[in-house]
Amino acid sequence: MTKVTLQRGLAIAVTFALLLLVFELVRRKRLSERYAILWLVAATTLFVLAAWKGLLTTLSNDVGISYPPSALFAVAIGLIAMILLHFSLVVSRLSDQNKILAQRLALLQQRADAGDAGALERRSNARAGDPGEDPGDGRGSREPDSKLLAAEELSSRR
Amino acid sequence: MRRNLAIVPAFNEVDAIAPTVAAIHEAAPDFDVLVIDDGSVDATAERASATGATVLRMPFNLGIGGAMQGGYMYALENDYDVAVQVDGDGQHDPRHIHDLLTRLHSDAELNMVTGSRFLDADGEGYRSSTARRIGIRVFASVVSLITRQRVTDPTSGFRMTNRRGIELFARDYPHDYPEVEAILLMHAYRLRSCEIPVRMRPRQTGESAISSSQSVYYMVKVLLAVFVGLFRRRPTVEPPVHASSTTEPAL
Repeated sequence: MTKVTLQRGLAIAVTFALLLLVFELVRRKRLSERYAILWLVAATTLFVLAAWKGLLTTLSNDVGISYPPSALFAVAIGLIAMILLHFSLVVSRLSDQNKILAQRLALLQQRADAGDAGALERRSNARAGDPGEDPGDGRGSREPDSKLLAAEELSSRR
Repeated sequence: MRRNLAIVPAFNEVDAIAPTVAAIHEAAPDFDVLVIDDGSVDATAERASATGATVLRMPFNLGIGGAMQGGYMYALENDYDVAVQVDGDGQHDPRHIHDLLTRLHSDAELNMVTGSRFLDADGEGYRSSTARRIGIRVFASVVSLITRQRVTDPTSGFRMTNRRGIELFARDYPHDYPEVEAILLMHAYRLRSCEIPVRMRPRQTGESAISSSQSVYYMVKVLLAVFVGLFRRRPTVEPPVHASSTTEPAL
């Protein structure tokens, strides 16, 4: 085995540190496994390429890269780009779900406020000795419908 | 029970909201008014409540698309048959609401009617700045080309939909700058829309939601959405509800 140059040593140290960091974040539950997998794959790939000199040299020769560390960079950039794209997907989905939640909240809030007002009115009517009719407009009967709708929405609106 | 709803999106329109709601009540008393307070930091919601309108308060600013969709969800849940969008800043003259309604009811096949600034023969009324008119022309050509019908004012938010339109928009509505895409969405679902001439007014108070730097984003975003939309499969039409047509063919 050839002697480890400073350059390679650094690459090995940094990629290994990345692996450890990801592992530690998952252990402390700061990073969920779901997103850790991508990072673990990326860190492992980079670590293997940094540590296994023959593989990196062969790979870079095969694709015509004369300076093997460039191949390492190329692989790293590719992996990072994939991770970033994945995060854009996640953010898009989250903001969509966030929007639906906000809309649902506003609708429920309005209904709750209207319900409060209706209940108050009923109570004052009752106190005035007027048993009166229900000022609610039969919304209660529609509730199962809208629950169904909400569930359907969350699953279909992507 | 009244079956018509006016949806008024408002973001920090504390001065304009009450006159707008009052004008709708006056010009179209057969419409319930729903104000969508899209995360305003001023007293928009309180002023709107005071006028007797129902208020939907978004917990934070969702943008016009998300706010309008909230309105359509409300219309769907409360069984409205017709919903009309009227901007909260006073640009849309509520006196045109019944013109829209008449046109919508004149043709059972019609699902949406838009008020267009550019169909008015006299050439009067407010027609936006020159730069924006150029942008609108670009969108108009693109939308006309795709839908194969003449669309003159694709960015107009003054539009009325029937029940099928409400159902569609409650389920699926574009995020920001939704007007252009909403026409194409209608087209994609094979729902029919048309325009009638209206006059608009310059906004009464405050500033337009779209600054000039945002206009560039507006153009790019909408054109991207339109372009990508071309490669989307057109959804199939839902089968009609009649029992006779849904029976399976015998084996």
